[in-house]
Amino acid sequence: MTDEVFHPGLVLIVGALVLPSVRGALRTAAVLLLPLVALLLVWQTPEGAVQIRFLDYTLTPLHSDKLSRLFATIFALMAAGGGLFALGQKNRLELPAAFVYAGSAIGVALAGDLVTLFVFWELMAIGSTLVLWSAGSNKSYRASLRYLMIHLLGGMTLFAGITGHIAQTGSVDFTRMVLDSPAQWLILIGFLVNAGAPPLSAWLPDAYPEASWSGTVFLSAFTTKAAVYVLLRGFPGTELLIWVGLIMVFYGIIYALLENDMRRILAYSIVNQVGFMVAGIGIGTEMALNGAAAHAFTHIIYKALLLMSAGSVLYMTNRRKCSELGGLFHSMPVTTICGIIGALAISSFPLTSGFVSKSMISEAAADGHLLTVWLLLTAASAGVFLHAGIKFPWFVFFHRDSGLRPADPPPSMRWAMIFFAVLCIAIGIWVEPLYGLLPYAVKFEPYTWAHVVTQLQLLLFSGLAFFVLLPYLQRTLTITLDTDWVWRTVLPAMAALMKRAIGALQAISGHGAQRARSLALTLVDSHYGVDSNFARTWSTRGMALWVLVLLLGYLVLYYI
Amino acid sequence: MDKTHWLDEPRHVKLLWRLFLGILVLVVVIGALIPLHPHFDLESLFGFYAWFGFIACAVMILVAKGLALLIKRPDTYYRERND
Repeated sequence: MTDEVFHPGLVLIVGALVLPSVRGALRTAAVLLLPLVALLLVWQTPEGAVQIRFLDYTLTPLHSDKLSRLFATIFALMAAGGGLFALGQKNRLELPAAFVYAGSAIGVALAGDLVTLFVFWELMAIGSTLVLWSAGSNKSYRASLRYLMIHLLGGMTLFAGITGHIAQTGSVDFTRMVLDSPAQWLILIGFLVNAGAPPLSAWLPDAYPEASWSGTVFLSAFTTKAAVYVLLRGFPGTELLIWVGLIMVFYGIIYALLENDMRRILAYSIVNQVGFMVAGIGIGTEMALNGAAAHAFTHIIYKALLLMSAGSVLYMTNRRKCSELGGLFHSMPVTTICGIIGALAISSFPLTSGFVSKSMISEAAADGHLLTVWLLLTAASAGVFLHAGIKFPWFVFFHRDSGLRPADPPPSMRWAMIFFAVLCIAIGIWVEPLYGLLPYAVKFEPYTWAHVVTQLQLLLFSGLAFFVLLPYLQRTLTITLDTDWVWRTVLPAMAALMKRAIGALQAISGHGAQRARSLALTLVDSHYGVDSNFARTWSTRGMALWVLVLLLGYLVLYYI
Repeated sequence: MDKTHWLDEPRHVKLLWRLFLGILVLVVVIGALIPLHPHFDLESLFGFYAWFGFIACAVMILVAKGLALLIKRPDTYYRERND
């Protein structure tokens, strides 16, 4: 192993620090080239580990195998696509912040030890908070503070877990863990917070849609998928994760069905999709883990594509509610078609990327004869088409005509969408390159007649259900309460109550203290005041007498 | 700016609907003809994926509507409280 290996993540992070100082063509070049350099370096990094000594530990800041390379690759690719999409972003903080965010996600994927992992993990939280912050509105500022609060909480939990784990095992290596003590539980909880698992899942739909038109594209990709990566490496086959994943899957569907904000629909569907991956990790067979890893890869692309099309609509119309949109296909053909391709991919339509990845997870459940799990996953697949596959494009681009006739967005945004749309289809048709990247050998053939026909039955009849039950899905100007209600309403109310209580206590005790102080002052004054016993002038005779008494007393005590 | 799109005409929308229903029938018929290599007995039932998908979606929509009765709020809910 040579020492002249550059860390691909650091290229993006250091590049991000330079980015604010360059302008014009140089900036464009830097934005497009930095992720590609990082991608190249990911592939230049030989399998194995680079180790350094730090304090008492041997750290492995750079560790590469198939799994880490898969995630580092998609993170770099995402930074490239997102960078292209965000070229026109006027805010000068967002892109550098996004590159720090992407670079630290790559750092997580390539971290061989828990200390390095934690450092990059927290750097991701900072990068993403800055992305959110740079949207510049009061709403996004408040959302970024709530977001940061949850992630610092998750980070603290993870830190406590890592410390405990190192104390127990004496090793900082990041390998497969077993839930046999509180330390590993804390690590798992820290990971799950970032994955968007219940009960704290509300941070995701609360924060992501408040970013700018380009910011949400970046946010959708890294945090949750880095969490999927660490779960894949740290806790494969942990049965609990099957159920956590299934809860996430249905939570995402139900909330997305009720949602009106187009980007919140897509945010809920991130939780839904990550749920499939978490369930796959819980199943834990080679097929399931391959499926979860592949699904993370394809998901990043089509979710970014969906949010790019939503971002384009937001950019051109400045509207984000489904109830105010509709009929945009008239004037935004590129955005509409790219949005539909993303929607088909997330729904796992045959010939799209989602089909070749998600079907592996279902197949793994079937192979393991997990009937309940398989039925729920199948029902959820139908639900994905319902809440993201049709609902998003239908209400935004079709439905009733809102009368809006915005043009397609500027070229950089169009090309970013086309790039990712082509990837969605290409991966769906030529499966070999993706399957070759997966951690285990793939023994799965997605394109059999049985797979294609059953999947089409499932999806098309879900589509029928959507249109038959459309009257029940009409958009209203509402939100649905989530667990963030606790920290947006209950906790502030409790804090206000406590402040009042403390204030009252202070008022009471303040009154008492004042009385005590004046009492003390009177006492002091009576003894040490101008005419008090201690302050008045005493005669020398009297003083000498008292000194004599004291000395005699001392003499007596000495002899006793 | 185009005047009327091909899709704006009800005649064409009707055509698309017929096409869609035709495809629905087609996939169920093909599904009944080819071997599906089922893992579970359930899968062998006629048109399992079709009716299961439809019912699953209907149930999810009903659950969502039920939940909405309890926890749906105007979208100004937090704005009024926080700002």
